[in-house]
Amino acid sequence: MIQVEQLSVRAGRFCLRDICLEVPSAGYAILMGRTGCGKTTLLEAICGLKPASAGRVLVLGKDVTALPPRDRGIGYVPQDRALFQTMTVRDHLAFAPEIRRWSPERVAARVAQLATLLGITHLLDRKPAGLSGGEAQRVALGRALAAEPRVLLLDEPLSALDDETREEMIALLKTVQLETGVTTLHVTHHREEARKLATEVFVLAGGSVSRADSLSANG
Amino acid sequence: MRLRSWTFLFSRWRLSDWPFHASLGIIAALYVGLILALVLADAAFAEPGRLLQTLSAPEIRYSIKLSLISCTAAALLSLWVAVPTGYLLSRWSFPGKNVVDAVLDIPIVLPPLIVGLSLLILFQTPAGKAVEQIIPVTYAVPGVILAQFAVACAFAVRAMRITFDQISPRSEQVALTLGCTQAQAFWHVAIPEARQGMLTAFTLAWARSLGEFGPILVFAGSTRMRTEVLSVSVFLELSIGNLEAAVAVSLLMILTAVVVLLLVRLFGSTRTLETAVKP
Repeated sequence: MIQVEQLSVRAGRFCLRDICLEVPSAGYAILMGRTGCGKTTLLEAICGLKPASAGRVLVLGKDVTALPPRDRGIGYVPQDRALFQTMTVRDHLAFAPEIRRWSPERVAARVAQLATLLGITHLLDRKPAGLSGGEAQRVALGRALAAEPRVLLLDEPLSALDDETREEMIALLKTVQLETGVTTLHVTHHREEARKLATEVFVLAGGSVSRADSLSANG
Repeated sequence: MRLRSWTFLFSRWRLSDWPFHASLGIIAALYVGLILALVLADAAFAEPGRLLQTLSAPEIRYSIKLSLISCTAAALLSLWVAVPTGYLLSRWSFPGKNVVDAVLDIPIVLPPLIVGLSLLILFQTPAGKAVEQIIPVTYAVPGVILAQFAVACAFAVRAMRITFDQISPRSEQVALTLGCTQAQAFWHVAIPEARQGMLTAFTLAWARSLGEFGPILVFAGSTRMRTEVLSVSVFLELSIGNLEAAVAVSLLMILTAVVVLLLVRLFGSTRTLETAVKP
């Protein structure tokens, strides 16, 4: 479960004030809003990359507001994916488990499991430069899920994908959600994504978040 | 075929444009021509037999050896300082950052002789004398390395700052969410992505060290078989009127510089190099 309680964030020209939202455990929430309304800033504040000037962020009921990003148990996929250019796909999937000192056997098993789930087993030895947009997105998703986070934040994961790949990714996100049960907050400005994926829909406008019940149809 | 290609060229370069293109070409050719003429004049002046004789003299062989060692040491030291400094300047804002930035440019804009003089004065202070008690620096090999490092490091810092500016901090931020500390994100993500820039910074520092003369002359002296590096050899040979030997050493230095520049173009980041050496 993610709870954001009266969160205020100041970042450059943005000023988000008293943001409140709650995503139940294993829920799939979509946060909608126009480009430039502060969606990315809010995600960065939730995962700890931007400091909150007021309010709290709770993950599974635990206050993580004062914790550094590494201790929040939140997986994050930024809009530009930010893959590590010198690493192979296998290195990406093994990165978080290795940093968290999992045993080599456990790391290998997790890499194989994720590669199968995301359909990227044949790409394991490739580097980001040789990947298509859809493949890169799967790798970024796998990297974020590798250490089994309790919460997953996706920043416009389907932007810059062609229609066919977008449909494949929507199906994949549903499968991932079903298999891992990870609580997800997905940011987009496409209503279609909200209709197909969301159990909860929020709208960010004018620096505050409101619930948009009419859009939540859960596929 | 040739006629057709010329017609094609002229149809692309409208009549009003070609004088402009021609003047660009002529001006560039004049300067490239001057550089090539300098190198060719040196090459034509030196006789191959005399060249080999000069380069095999014990003094010059010592000078080549000391140059290789001191330039490599100065470049390694520069990289060791430049990587964290460049990262700090690229990723963080802090009070006085502009001042730090300006201070780091001092060795680049300062006349080389003044760098040498300042080093000499620094080592006359109580702190400098204390260091001299442990390791002799002035008029000794460590002095050569320090004089080279003082200038070369500023170029390496610039190169590393540009390198990190070109790498998006996004990847390091994602690494933080994946479980990294800032230091782990630096080692595991930023450093591997900065490899090309590090090679460029190292090579640039190495080449600057090889060309360093003023600070070495003032701070480390020009003692044969002791603090004599290649640039000092040219000076010493010139001062005793041995023009052939001075040209022979110069040619060796030109050859080394060409090899270094080719290495950067092959393996390093040319963009980093070009931006870093801008005054």
